[in-house]
Amino acid sequence: MSIALFRIDDRLIHGQVVVGWGQPLDCTFIVLVDDEVRSSDWEQDLYRMGVPPHIEIIFASVDEAAERLPVWEADARVGILLVPDIDTAVALAGRSDRVKRLNVGGIHHRAGRTERLRFVYLTDDERAKLRQLAAAGVDVTAQDVPTARAVPLAEFA
Amino acid sequence: MSEPLRGVIVSHSAIAQALVSAVTAIAGIEGALVPVSNEGCDNDALGERLRQAAGSQPAVLFVDLPGGSCLTNSIRYAKQHADIAVVTGVNLAMLLDFVFHRDVTPAEAARRAADAGAKAIRVTAA
Repeated sequence: MSIALFRIDDRLIHGQVVVGWGQPLDCTFIVLVDDEVRSSDWEQDLYRMGVPPHIEIIFASVDEAAERLPVWEADARVGILLVPDIDTAVALAGRSDRVKRLNVGGIHHRAGRTERLRFVYLTDDERAKLRQLAAAGVDVTAQDVPTARAVPLAEFA
Repeated sequence: MSEPLRGVIVSHSAIAQALVSAVTAIAGIEGALVPVSNEGCDNDALGERLRQAAGSQPAVLFVDLPGGSCLTNSIRYAKQHADIAVVTGVNLAMLLDFVFHRDVTPAEAARRAADAGAKAIRVTAA
């Protein structure tokens, strides 16, 4: 399987992803699944600036990602798939049965959210959605960097 | 230019605050630099920190890495505001030069700072 990490991260492409995970996984492509970024050339240029030249970035809408996941999984290279929030993860998992595991890597504080872990803040609705994903068979854990422990869903949501 | 440029250091963790402290200790100039950390921020929250730090005056944003959330949000901010320039690879040498040369445009200050920072990187004889 060449998508080594399915990750929710509200910063999308940043140091923890490119360096923290990208280096040990030897990742050479990142799939950024975000309908808003997919429709903005300027936002795409911005995110391209954040990665070294040997890493390809693929921008996809949720629908495109659901359709192309089998292709990316058959890729000989190692990749990381990023979504910006729980709603996008739920939407993707609802359109594709290939989302089997989910790394909650960074959901930061906003009004209405409470701290569940240092890097995970959730509303009650978001907690419920993560539990629904788990009930549907997705292995949901929280882990900001590879050297940290993968925290099981039951411990944070 | 009526008011000297402000410098905003945008970094991971506490690098920005440490650089401000070091510049103050060395140059004795206070208030020229404002630290911003991305600690605990999503993109919206970091954008708000940048807005508060830069205020309404011309500024140079000094970013730690040439990629990642500090850079993407700094460029996003610069695109939405006039008189903002962005420099990556912040180091102490460029900041020390900047605080003494703030009566220029942000773009000119950014070019000068980048030159000063680059000149400080060298391999010395053993």
